Amino acid sequence: MYDFVSSSGLPKTAGIGYKPQHFAELRTEPGPVNWLEIHAENYMGDGGRPLAQLRALAEQFPISVHGVGLSIGGEGPLDKDHIARLKHLCDWLNPASFSEHLAWSTHDAHFLNDLLPLPYTEAALARVADHIDEVQNAVGRPMLLENPSTYLAFEESTMDEVTFLTEIAKRTGCGLLLDVNNVFVSCTNQIWDPIDYINKFPHHLVGEIHLGGHDEDEDEHGAPLLIDSHGREVIDPVWVLYAHTIRTGGQKPTLIEWDNDVPEFPVLREEAARADAILTPVEA
Amino acid sequence: MSQTDFTAAILNPDLPTPAGLKDPQGRPAGKRFDVYRNNVTSSLIAALETGFPVLQKLLGQDSFKTLATLFLRANPPTSRALSQYGDAMPGFLEGFKPLKSLPYLADVARLELAIRASYHAADSAPLDAAGLDPEALMALTPRLAPATQVLTSRFPIFGIWQMNMQPDAPKPWPVAEDVLVTRVNFDPVPHLLPTGGAAFAQALDGETPIAGAIEACMAAAPRADIAAILTLFLGSAALTLSSGKVQ
Repeated sequence: MYDFVSSSGLPKTAGIGYKPQHFAELRTEPGPVNWLEIHAENYMGDGGRPLAQLRALAEQFPISVHGVGLSIGGEGPLDKDHIARLKHLCDWLNPASFSEHLAWSTHDAHFLNDLLPLPYTEAALARVADHIDEVQNAVGRPMLLENPSTYLAFEESTMDEVTFLTEIAKRTGCGLLLDVNNVFVSCTNQIWDPIDYINKFPHHLVGEIHLGGHDEDEDEHGAPLLIDSHGREVIDPVWVLYAHTIRTGGQKPTLIEWDNDVPEFPVLREEAARADAILTPVEA
Repeated sequence: MSQTDFTAAILNPDLPTPAGLKDPQGRPAGKRFDVYRNNVTSSLIAALETGFPVLQKLLGQDSFKTLATLFLRANPPTSRALSQYGDAMPGFLEGFKPLKSLPYLADVARLELAIRASYHAADSAPLDAAGLDPEALMALTPRLAPATQVLTSRFPIFGIWQMNMQPDAPKPWPVAEDVLVTRVNFDPVPHLLPTGGAAFAQALDGETPIAGAIEACMAAAPRADIAAILTLFLGSAALTLSSGKVQ
C-alpha cells in the first residue's frame, strides 16, 4: 500500500491556503509558512496572472492541489472533462499532494458550488470507491480524501463516518485528509464524541491535516449548529482537539484554511506559527 | 432520498426539506437543510458579484442580489470552474421584463464577461511592429491575441464602464460604442474602438494581411481613421503572430 505519511511531498509543518493578495509577502517574508495549498478549480484557465503566480510560487514552495468540484460522492458519473483538467494541472505542476472531498456538488448538468452530504451506506461506499479508482487511474497519482463538515443526518445511513472513510481507503488505496475543524463541527452538529472520532481515525493513512474557522448558530430547537465558514481564526477548542490529534497520530503537514473575509498575511502567519508550536515538540 | 430531490429542494426554496434528512434526535432537518441552501445561494451570488461589478453598481447592491438570486435559480452553473459563471446573464437580462427600461444592461454584462475571459486567456507574444517599414507591416498576417476581445454595441458601453470603474470619468454620451479589450501583462483593459475598428479586428484571421484588414475596415466605414486604429491595436498588445498557446 502507498505510504501517505512518509511519502507525502509536503513537509510536516504548517502551510496556508493560497490567496492572490498574499503573493508579494509570500515571496519575501513567508515566516513559518513553508508550503501552500491551492483550489484546483481556480487554476484551470489558459493563462494570465493565476497561472503565472502559481508557476512562481511552485519554485519556492511545495504545493498541494486541493479539488473542490469533482463531486466524488455524486450519484451520476464523474465529469471526464473535469478529470482531464485536473490531470493537466497535476501534470505540469507535479504537486506534492492531491486531495478532494467526501461530498458531492454536481447533479445532472448542475454544479451547486457547495460540498453536499451523502448517506453512509454500502451503496454509497461502492459508488465512492469506484469514483476514486477512476480518478486515481486517470490522474495517475494517489489522492487524499477529506472528511466533511455536515449539518444533518441521513435516515438511511448504516455505518459511522470513520468506518466509511476507513473502508474507502482500504478499497481504493487512497489516503485521508483529516480536517480537525470539520471533526469539531460535525461532532457538535451530530452529537458525536470528537475525541472518540479522533481516536478511531486511521492515522497511518492521514497525509495532511486541515484547520479552519467556523461560525456558530443554532437550529429551530435551540441545538447548536456550527457552520464551516473558513472566515475567521481557529477557535481554542479546535486547537485542543488538534493537539490531541498530533499526540495520537504524530506530526502531519498542517494547513490553515481561511477562504472568506481573508485577513492580512501576518494574521495567517500567526495561525501557522501556532500550528508549528504544537507540531514541533512531537517526535516524528 | 435521491440527489435529484436534494438538488431540486436546494434550488427551489418553496419545496419542503426532502424526507429522510434528520437532526441527531431524528426530527426533520429543517434549518439544517437550509444551511446547504444558503451556502449554495450565497456562494453563487458572491461569484456573480465578483464577475459583474459594473452591473452591481448600476443596479445597487440589493437589486443586484435579487437579480442574481433569480438568475442562479434559473441558470445554475454548468461548469466547476466558476470563472465564466454568468455567461447566460446577457440573455437573461434581455428577457427580464422588470429591467426592460434599461436595455443597455445586457451589453454591459457582455463587456464584463469579455474582461473576465481576457483575464484567464492564454498568454501570447504580442506583435512587435517596432522597426518595421510600412510595407513589411502591411504584409504581416497577425491574428487577435487570445486575451483580445471585440464587442459591438448600440449603447455607450465603454462610457458606462468607465464612469463606474474609473474616478472622475466623464458621463457617457448616448451613442453606439464598440470596445476592444486587451491585456498587456495580466490586467485586461477596455479601449473605445474608433469607427471601423471592429471590422478591422474581425478581418484579422491569421491569414489576411494587415493591408487586407484595412480594406475591410474602409469598406465598412469609409471615414475610418486608419492611423488611430493601427496605433491602438499595435500599442495595446491586441495582436499576435503566433498561432499556438503558450504555457
